[in-house]
Amino acid sequence: MAEDLTTSQQAAYHRIHDSDDFAVLRKRVRGFAFAGTAAFMAWYLLYVLLSSFAVGFMSVQVVGNINIALIFGLLQFASTFLIAVLYSKYAASQLDPISAGLLAEYDKKDV
Amino acid sequence: MSDQTLTILLFLVVVAITIGITIWASRETKSAADYYAGGRQFSGLQNGLAVSGDYMSAASFLGISGLISTVGYDGFLYSIGFLVAWLVALLLVAELLRNSGRYTMADQLAYRMNQRQVRTAASLSTVAVSIFYLLAQMVGAGTLVVLLLEVDEGLVKNVVIAGVGALMIFYVTVGGMKGTTWVQIVKAVLLMSGTLLITVLTLMQFNFNVSDMLGAAAEQSGSGQAFLEPGLVYGVTTMAKIDFISLAMALVLGTAGLPHILIRFYTVPTARVARTSVQWAITLIGFFYLMTLVLGFGAAALVGTEEIAAVDPAGNLASPLLAEAVGGGEGSTGGAVLLALIAAVAFATILAVVAGLTLTSASSVAHDLYASVLRKGKATEKDEVRVAKIAAFVIGAIAIGLSILAQDLNIAFLVALAFAVAASANLPSLLYNLFWRRFNTRGAVWAIYGGLVSCVGLVIFSPVVSGPTTGTALFADSDWSYFPLSNPGIVSIPFGFLMGYLGTITSREKASEERYPEFEVRALTGAGSETAHH
Repeated sequence: MAEDLTTSQQAAYHRIHDSDDFAVLRKRVRGFAFAGTAAFMAWYLLYVLLSSFAVGFMSVQVVGNINIALIFGLLQFASTFLIAVLYSKYAASQLDPISAGLLAEYDKKDV
Repeated sequence: MSDQTLTILLFLVVVAITIGITIWASRETKSAADYYAGGRQFSGLQNGLAVSGDYMSAASFLGISGLISTVGYDGFLYSIGFLVAWLVALLLVAELLRNSGRYTMADQLAYRMNQRQVRTAASLSTVAVSIFYLLAQMVGAGTLVVLLLEVDEGLVKNVVIAGVGALMIFYVTVGGMKGTTWVQIVKAVLLMSGTLLITVLTLMQFNFNVSDMLGAAAEQSGSGQAFLEPGLVYGVTTMAKIDFISLAMALVLGTAGLPHILIRFYTVPTARVARTSVQWAITLIGFFYLMTLVLGFGAAALVGTEEIAAVDPAGNLASPLLAEAVGGGEGSTGGAVLLALIAAVAFATILAVVAGLTLTSASSVAHDLYASVLRKGKATEKDEVRVAKIAAFVIGAIAIGLSILAQDLNIAFLVALAFAVAASANLPSLLYNLFWRRFNTRGAVWAIYGGLVSCVGLVIFSPVVSGPTTGTALFADSDWSYFPLSNPGIVSIPFGFLMGYLGTITSREKASEERYPEFEVRALTGAGSETAHH
């Protein structure tokens, strides 16, 4: 084990773990992380597969020398920026208040 | 003043600045938390810059723009994988890791498992990934300097590699994490500014019309419109396509398993700041890769693919050559100044990245192997830091020796290999540990060794190491390339996850499951986590 916990630390950890707030926090953290990961991985995989097996489609020129492949690639950049922004907004409003409350709960144990 | 003198002068300026930073940081470094984690007081922007600095290696700066300039669109595929990968770090890893670890990647496993076993395994894979990455950077430094200074190969190249190695040992042993982080920050600012300057100058040549630039690139490349489409290298055969998918998997899953990136999250005070630093990193790295797109196609258009390949077949000098071209061309003062400037930026990049890598492996050897496995937790902080410095020296010396031997290896291949090992050996145990209560010591150990051995093993039996297929194999005359792909990820990454799963379900470890609730509360809320040191 990395370190030995005091009884009051252990009790605080388990009290927090069993609380309703913590259940909500865990559900939200996992919900966003897993759904977000599934979404961007599927989107990225689609891009990789199209680049390998649908070169004809990717080569269609849209404006001048700018083809679908380039636009699709730039959209991967855009989606990455977008997911990062969405996550930060979600975390600030849905996750941080709960985890701050639970952290305060933990810090009260020594009082 | 000749071009070479100017280049050397700017190189010396870079060296002087970094040495200055290191000496300043050494005065601020007192405790083990200072040495390993820079006192955990960096801000989101500072750490975001440092993370980007660690990530935007010479292989990215010189390698990707070089690839785009020689093989066109297929080079761009690398940048996309390298960027999207950051979402794995942002959504799944950064914050939880910040809260559950202290100094190394192994800490979060050791919290609920058999310390000796998981620390030994994690330390081994940390050193393996870092050494592959180090080799890539140092070989790159040798090539860069030889080509820029137009000196004879051989002895000078070895002297340069040894010099870079000596500097890196100095940064790490003297400056610790604080010094290394500030070196990264300075480097990231230099790299972003230098790249921005060349990007704007390049776009000016085409009146900011991207389509015109692409057209000129296609024309000058000798491949026509195919230069702007995927498939020039990865679309030739079905096997090449599968190889590409394998590479894409390693790129997107490797980042969040790179130890030198992971330990950066320990340098900030809270999980929230870890999140902000990843967001800064995504912004900076994203804009950087958009600019390398311009550098790559711009170099093809203004310098010409044939010309670039004539100087260096791998295309690694595309950016410096482009800088010379937009500055007024060969022989002009503007060209010479910009060439020297970009070369110095590339040199700073190499120095900073090798320092980060050496610090990471030295920390793991001292904190995981020495303090926990060898001394069973009885070593004092002072002892630990002393061993970390010795380890940095030894690892630096090994890296210098290996780099001199590995001079002819392809840089992009070495980096891709580091990513594949990180994705196969490190990511499975990391994710299982954070999200799976049942996960245990056997699962972690099997995942790490399984991923590491399968990844390195498949490479040994790949066409990169032997056989006539690639034309650049290490042993081209004999052939034991039984595995048809150059990139092992498509097999070794699922294998790492599978081994972690099998190891877990074939053993029961009550202690690991019982400590998971504490671990989970700590990871999600930061309760009881390491705090900042002032």
